[in-house]
Amino acid sequence: MSALLAVEIPYWGQSLLRVLGGIVAVLLPAGTIVYLFLFKMMSFMQSRLGPMEAGPFGSMQLFAEVGKWLQKEDIVPAEADARIYKLAPVIVLLSTFLLVVVVPFGPDAYFVDFSAGVFYALAIGSVSVIGILVAGWSSANKYSLLGGLRAAGQLIAYELPMVLAVVGVVIQAGSMNLQDIVVAQNSGSIFGWDGVGFPFVLTQFVGFLVFMIAVQAELTQVPFDMPIAESELVSGYMTEYSGFRFLIFFIGEFATAGVFAFIASVLFLGGWGVPFSWFGWEGLDDVDNWMNIGGPLIMFTKMLVLTGIIMWVRFSYPRFREDQLQRFAWKVLIPISLANIALTAIVKVAV
Amino acid sequence: MIAADVNVAQNVGFYIIAAIMVYAALRVVTTRNVVHAALWLVTVLGGVAAQYVLAAAEFVAVSQVMVYIGAVMVLFLFGIMLTRATIGAEGDLNNRNWAMGIPVAVALIGVMSWVIIDEYGSSTIAEPETAMPTEAISDIYLREGLVPFLALSFVLLAAAIGAIVLARKD
Repeated sequence: MSALLAVEIPYWGQSLLRVLGGIVAVLLPAGTIVYLFLFKMMSFMQSRLGPMEAGPFGSMQLFAEVGKWLQKEDIVPAEADARIYKLAPVIVLLSTFLLVVVVPFGPDAYFVDFSAGVFYALAIGSVSVIGILVAGWSSANKYSLLGGLRAAGQLIAYELPMVLAVVGVVIQAGSMNLQDIVVAQNSGSIFGWDGVGFPFVLTQFVGFLVFMIAVQAELTQVPFDMPIAESELVSGYMTEYSGFRFLIFFIGEFATAGVFAFIASVLFLGGWGVPFSWFGWEGLDDVDNWMNIGGPLIMFTKMLVLTGIIMWVRFSYPRFREDQLQRFAWKVLIPISLANIALTAIVKVAV
Repeated sequence: MIAADVNVAQNVGFYIIAAIMVYAALRVVTTRNVVHAALWLVTVLGGVAAQYVLAAAEFVAVSQVMVYIGAVMVLFLFGIMLTRATIGAEGDLNNRNWAMGIPVAVALIGVMSWVIIDEYGSSTIAEPETAMPTEAISDIYLREGLVPFLALSFVLLAAAIGAIVLARKD
């Protein structure tokens, strides 16, 4: 296996592999999350079966849904700003593709080795806000506009605790490069015992909690779904969208959930790595080539666990009120994560 | 200067992005809709970030995206949509003194070009081995640049508090 992977791939081949890999890394999690959690887990939690007709246990349902959406008419409201209305979902999906670029899936299976990777991920994550805002505006609809404004307010409020929660990890790893953060966790040891490496969730548990709550809000999943609150705003900024543009928003929502889960697993759960001591690897250069296959599978498993938690919360809790949502971000999450940073910095300097 | 001395791919990229930026900048001031102007401005600022990446200044590029696209422009759009969310052309966007902007812009580009050409002339900066690591940047602004850095953060803090005091009447 490793001899097969040791072949030198030419530059164009690498680029092609990276483009294909990026598409897979965005679309595969989205499809899996929708089928496994949105269709099946939600149905079981509500004592029903979910889709059962298309394919065994309804597993082909997704393709049926995509086919249905692609056939529908692409309606643009008469008063809408047509060009921007059509552009908005593309901006949202584009930001997801830009986000996955920094995530490392193996020792060589990364898209870009970016020295400020964490910073990049947090910055690009905010680009989708623009897409959502202009989607709400260009629909020429009060509900859409209100939904867009709510989304922007919420995403700005929850970006801050997210950034602050990550700072603890960056201080502990001593690097903003996601690859370095993976190596730091898997080559570390707990008081000399290196059986499981040193996943940062152990010391940064508070940061992990804050990060996952902020992710829940960034993805506008229940209980943070004020922007698309169906009982108040029809469907928020997505109200007027139909056909494949709605499909793009839908894919974007769950693909972003997958990518944020990838980032969370890199930051807190050890990423693609297994503890290096198991195989006697010294550092990144020693890691065997088969990890380029194994790494993505490990990442995928961790991503499923984390998105499973996100969806579990989504199906279990009622929606926050708008003022509760803002108060929770500014008065609870941000002070907690600031205290976490201070504590981490003190321990880092003292030890 | 022979062709091999020029890093061709980067130069081509520079001029393509620069052309897009100039067109977008012109559209910012000529478009008839405020939201369109804001979106063209997003294009200009994104182009600046792309130029930083071409100049191997990754950290600055990411900061540009985070601060200008992620924060400033979102705030702009937010403000525009809260106050006047008109769709389609608006008539009253230009005021009587708009022509004054032209000499100001020309003077600005003249002064900037003169300063840069006067300072650097035809001297070139040696190509760095790798992109400047983030650690090196933090070392600079937390050692030599510490005092200005702290002073700047106090200015920002004062501005934030001032805005709150001005906005809150109760």
